[in-house]
Order: sequence, then C-alpha cells, then structure tokens
Amino acid sequence: MLYSLLCYNKEDVVWSWTKEEDDAVMSRLSVVHEKLVKEGKLGPSLRLLPTTAAATLRGSMVIDGPFAETKEQLLGFYVIDVENLDAALDVAKQLSAANPTSVYEVRPVALFVPDARPNAPKDVIRAY
Amino acid sequence: MTDLSWINASLTAARPQAVGALLRYFRDMDRAEEAFQDACLRALKSWPEKGPPRDPTAWLILVGRNAALDGVRKQSRNTELPPDEAISDLEDAESQLAERLDGSHYRDDVLRLLFICCHPELPATQQIALALRIVSGLTVAQIARCFLVSEAAMEQRITRAKARIGKAEVPFETPGAVERAERLGAVAAMIYLIFNEGYSGGRDQARAPLCDEAIRLTRLLLRLFPAEPEIMGLAALMLLKQARLPARFDAEGEAVLLEDQDRALWDKKLISEGLALIDKAMRHNRPGPYQVQAAIDATHSRAETAAQTDWAGIEGLYVALERMQPSPVITLNRAVAVAKLHGPEAALAMIEPLETPLAGYFPYFGARGAFLLQLGRNHEARSAFDRAISLAGSAQEAAHIRRHLDRLIQQAQ
Repeated sequence: MLYSLLCYNKEDVVWSWTKEEDDAVMSRLSVVHEKLVKEGKLGPSLRLLPTTAAATLRGSMVIDGPFAETKEQLLGFYVIDVENLDAALDVAKQLSAANPTSVYEVRPVALFVPDARPNAPKDVIRAY
Repeated sequence: MTDLSWINASLTAARPQAVGALLRYFRDMDRAEEAFQDACLRALKSWPEKGPPRDPTAWLILVGRNAALDGVRKQSRNTELPPDEAISDLEDAESQLAERLDGSHYRDDVLRLLFICCHPELPATQQIALALRIVSGLTVAQIARCFLVSEAAMEQRITRAKARIGKAEVPFETPGAVERAERLGAVAAMIYLIFNEGYSGGRDQARAPLCDEAIRLTRLLLRLFPAEPEIMGLAALMLLKQARLPARFDAEGEAVLLEDQDRALWDKKLISEGLALIDKAMRHNRPGPYQVQAAIDATHSRAETAAQTDWAGIEGLYVALERMQPSPVITLNRAVAVAKLHGPEAALAMIEPLETPLAGYFPYFGARGAFLLQLGRNHEARSAFDRAISLAGSAQEAAHIRRHLDRLIQQAQ
C-alpha cells in the first residue's frame, strides 16, 4: 500500500530559520530518510519553495499566491519538469480543462529526491 | 530545534503583525512595544507548559492588549485587576480574532508599522535602524553591530528617530488605494536599503543578517499583498543577488566579479524562488524598476556560463530602466552590455558624456579604463585607473581596485 505524507508548518517561521537551524532540521530528517531508504520504504520526496512564489489556477483565472480556500481539500499532486511559470501554467490549464472544478496551485520545488526503493515499480499502482 | 528556539522563531515571525495591531489599539509606539514585550514574556512562561497556541499572533495580540490595559488600570487604581483566567482563557476570543487575521486590517497594520519607519524627515540610516528595531525586533546591540557603531550611539539614534516619529501625524485611518500604493512604494524602497546595507557589507558577518531580514520582510509583504508585481520584483531581485553570496568572494576574501564567479556555488533554491517570482510579476504587464532590475539579474542567473549571457537582452532591459529612472549610473551599466555586444569603442563613446556627472564615481573610471585597455590604449587606461584608485572610499578599497587592475593589465599584455 502506498501512502503519501504531507508536511505542514508555519511558513513564515520555517523560512525565517537561519541556515544553521534549517541545516539542523534537514540533517535530522536525513537520518530518518536514510533509515527508510535502507528499509526500502522511501519513494520520491520533495520540499517546496514558499507559497509567496506560487500562483494558482482556478478555472481560467491565474491568481497570485497559494491556494487559500479551506473549503477544498488536497486531492493529489503532480511533479512536472518545464521551462518556466508560463509553461507550468500551461500544463495546469490542460489538467484544469480535463477536471474543471479542481484548482491547481503551481509551486516551484526546492528539493526533489527520486524514488529510492531498490525495485521501484515502473508501472502504475492503483489503490482502487 | 529546541522548544525555546521554536518559541523565539514564532515570536519573531508574529512580531510585525502583533506590534502593528497593538499600535492600532493604543496609537502609541512605546505602549505597543511594551505590550508586545509583556505578551512575549507570558508566552515564554505559558507555551512550554501548555504547548503553543493554534494562532500565536492572535494570542500575542490579545495577551499584549490585556496586559497593557492592566497596566493602565494599575496606574489609575480605579478598578481591580481582572482575574488571570480572563487573560489565559483565550479560546473563543482567539478564534474570533484569528478570523480577522487574514483580513485587510492586519495587512494595513503591518504596512503602517513599516511606513511609520519611512518618515521622510528621517535620514535613510535612521529609517533602517528604526525598522530593524520596531518591525524586525533586532536588539539595539545587533543593529549597532550591523552599522559598526557603539551600542550607546545606536541607542541614541533610535531614541531620536522615535521621538521624531512620535511627533509626526501617524495616519491611522484605513488607507485608500492610492495612499496604500504610495505606502507600499516607500516601504519597498526602505526594505531595499536594508538589503543593500547588508549586501554592500560583502563578507562582513555582522551585516549579513540584514540581507536575510530584508528578504523576510519582503516575503511578509508578499503574503499580505500577493498581487503587487513590484513587490514580486523586489523579492526576486534580492533573492537572485543573495543566491550569489557563496561565490562573491574568494578564499582570501577578495571580491570576485560576476563573470569570474563559480556558478556551481550559486544557491539554486534562492534562484528558483527568484525566477518563479519574476515570471509571476511579468505576467501582470505592469513593469517597474524592481522588476526590470530583477529581470537583469535573472538573465545572469539563467546563463550557465558567463559566455552564455544574453547581453542583448540585458542591454534592452537597461534601456527600459533608463526610461523609468534616468541616471548616469544606469547608462554606465548599459555601456558594459554595449561593450559585450558592439565592442569597447561604442561603449566608450556612450560613456564619454557621463564624465562630468560621474566625476566622483570610481566605477566610472574603472569601466573607462577597462574599455581603453581593450582598445590597446594602455597609457590612457592607466590614467583612468589611477583616477579610479584616487576616488576609492578607503585604503582597503584602493588596494583592492589596484590588485584587480593589475590583473586586467597583465591579461591585456
């Protein structure tokens, strides 16, 4: 069974950490990451840049800033590799056209760690 | 991270909104600051035991306000103190207050707090010192270290600045759209001053926190005003410059020119954030000086090697910047791009008329010397370089220019 773990925190506090504080948290996390890698449990993981760098696509409207409503819940996410924000928004628009009621926040990635499982599946895995 | 450093980070993050709201209640800076201090002391006592509140900022505002009102009551001896439970039992009041935290009230509170520090009668250094003290909550000792002055001198400077703004009319009514835009512009300029104070300090550890603080304040403004392209531009500009910090100095502490920097050392996280922001800003089609400057830095950031730099793009951006803010320094910078595109002769002709306005500006003679050297006019180049050295601000700076120029001359031979 695949699970995703979503990490939440107060962004203004986290992005005010000094480099030393940030490094300390990241190195404590990397101990856990390494253990999970050894156990063959860790799939891809990533750290996002702050929401101030985000833009959000709602229907055909691009709104500056993060997804801010509390009525909707996070359903899933994509990682895409594109040239710039316009190209990312273009992908979001294609998804939005296929799924018009969903909102897409476009947020740059700070750190991407690929799937570390030894026999990482190449096929789609479905829980349903 | 320990409990205590988590709490300290929360208090720092909450400070601009909390002090801004308390200032709105009390309309008195000293009282607002004292109230916030009180609230912080109570937080340090209460949070480790009870755990942090759901909304630390709302908690601090409420507790700070109550503490200050207690103080007023104590002084007037009219009424009995309210029981402590009235202060600590915050659930309902806190959620009510939290509702409004996202609202425009708080946006304008933070903006007002920053704007007060930008009082036009205050010289730039006092504006910065005041903002660092009141908004960022740096200690006087920390600020004094940034400005290389004694703590007593800084204390005096801040006290004087506070006295000055105390007398000024503080605009408490909710600003209209035009007023708000003007305030944002003044605040952005002040934040950029903070950044430059740190950036020009180079490798000086004491001044480095200024750059981080300026970025933190701009991210705060962006959260409050997410659709302002110039604020995005300012953030991008600072992030892209800050990204180069690890490459700006060599092992001996010598400054390394942009085109000689090891680009592998540039901070990719900061660059990604800066590029995302400038992309976002440009979508608005409302260009401004910060956006154009950020776009120039973005062009450098996108070039994998110095040789791959899009100089034509950079020249075009400098033309746009010259139109927005005509200045001989900008023309001088454009000439550097022109030299790359059309050769040193064209660049030299372009900067000729700048000699009078830039007679005291050493980079002018440095650039002029470099162009002359490229043309093989070594004798004239030498005299331009000598002029640059004579205009250096300090012996250290002069020695630095001399070393750099010696290198240039060696390369040319």
